[in-house]
Amino acid sequence: MHEHPDLRLLPYRMDVRMSSEAILPRIQIRGLCKRFNNNTVLEDVDLDIMPGQSTTIIGMSGSGKSVLIKCILGLIKPDSGEILIDGENWLLLKEQELLLRMQRIGMLFQGAALFDSLSVWENVSFALLRQNIGKKEARERAIEVLEWVGLHDISDLMPAELSGGMAKRVGLARTICHKPDIVFFDEPTTGLDPIMSDVINHLIVRLHKDSGTTMLSITHDLKSAAMISDRIALLCHGRIHRQIPSSELDSDQDPMLRQFVEGRAQGPINRSHWGQKIEEAIQR
Amino acid sequence: MIKLLTATGKLTEALCIHLGLYAATFTGTVRRMSSKPWYLRMLLQQAEEVGVQSLPVVMLTALFTGMVLALQSYIVFHRFAAESLTGLVVSMSLVRELGPVLVGLMVAGRVGAAFAAELGTMRVTEQIDALWTLSTDPVRYLIMPRLIAVTLMMPLLVVIADFIGIYGGYAISIYLLDQNPSVYIENTTQYMELSDFYTGLVKAGFFGILIGIIGCTEGFNCKGGAAGVGTATTRAVVISCMSILISDYFLTAWMFA
Repeated sequence: MHEHPDLRLLPYRMDVRMSSEAILPRIQIRGLCKRFNNNTVLEDVDLDIMPGQSTTIIGMSGSGKSVLIKCILGLIKPDSGEILIDGENWLLLKEQELLLRMQRIGMLFQGAALFDSLSVWENVSFALLRQNIGKKEARERAIEVLEWVGLHDISDLMPAELSGGMAKRVGLARTICHKPDIVFFDEPTTGLDPIMSDVINHLIVRLHKDSGTTMLSITHDLKSAAMISDRIALLCHGRIHRQIPSSELDSDQDPMLRQFVEGRAQGPINRSHWGQKIEEAIQR
Repeated sequence: MIKLLTATGKLTEALCIHLGLYAATFTGTVRRMSSKPWYLRMLLQQAEEVGVQSLPVVMLTALFTGMVLALQSYIVFHRFAAESLTGLVVSMSLVRELGPVLVGLMVAGRVGAAFAAELGTMRVTEQIDALWTLSTDPVRYLIMPRLIAVTLMMPLLVVIADFIGIYGGYAISIYLLDQNPSVYIENTTQYMELSDFYTGLVKAGFFGILIGIIGCTEGFNCKGGAAGVGTATTRAVVISCMSILISDYFLTAWMFA
């Protein structure tokens, strides 16, 4: 992996990690509920993420992980609850105010979500170009970040010309190019081969170490979760069922967590909600 | 009976939801036009896409419509020995009705479909969500330039279509049907009024708004992967074409009453 020691990825919030004032969680979620028609996806979700902390939410498919992250980002409006970022309730903000706050946010989408009509460097520097930073400067910064993720000489390619792993790394470069102080990852390693997954994991770890950025990831990939996060939370039956330090993932004895970690089809997770249907399917 | 009522209720509900979505998209976009950023580069790109790229299909349609109109009108007027009115009928029909409607249908098929497919693909691949997370208002960035471009380009396309269609009719009348060129031109210009021309342009602008709003709304609210994009695209074209034909009647009734 190409190292770029001159890269100033450190965001302006680095000091918060060491500060004695860093007692207020950067992200606070209180009693978050979301239903789609008659289907309750999130039911009273409570979650705190401290500044500089990397938290990963794990859970079954359809357990509401993506809905939770989209609620935080303002892409889905929750039915009730509070989302506080640095103490400010984002659900009370107007659309334009929320858009302004987004300058502090980075998000890596599952499929990278690169803009087809823009070249790689335009994708990476998209947020910078919107902030009236000159084209030349934005391009230089984009190339710098692309090098940081191990990609050289691809700045003029179009997204359609990239492999899955390259697209994901370009997505990561776009996520961090404008130096956000909170970064969200939606399934960062899904669909990638084990080697490329490891590359992405290492990049995320390096970003976290170098910049102290607060991170929230969602994934099924337990290896990735253990590697990139300080804390792991299990989202089950619409609630955060358990939160543990990632180092305790293999030793924690919570039955639901154990079932998920061991990948067993039968267990407590199946005994309610949609799990009942899974149980019935297994019986058949 | 209950089934019929249920089906009618569902249809009415879907219609209301769609009308609500179109209205919300339109008001939301117009509201944003009063403040920066306007994304002028995007607007120029879209104007090129909608206007310049649509020219060949619009010109060809107008040319052959003018030609066939001249041919048909001549055949009918010949029965009453009123062939000299051919030019007037061709021009009036094109400028008042056929120009805006045919260009509208062509642009709905080409541009409305492209809007729906492009925005629909962006929706299902999370590119629209990505815009939001990159601190960019998707309505302002994606819909506003498209709506302005199609609303401005439609009247321009109709002006070109009118001239080419009239020339098509002239060419057939003069070179194929041996009519007198000066009589043809005199009859055409003598009875035509400026209002005939600009009412067609007003219609074109209105159809442009319909195409932009329907295409963008269908794509922007698209759900369900590739199949959803296909459905949104089909719906955008069908609804745009139907709206153009229906609204044309009411506009004509209002403007020429």
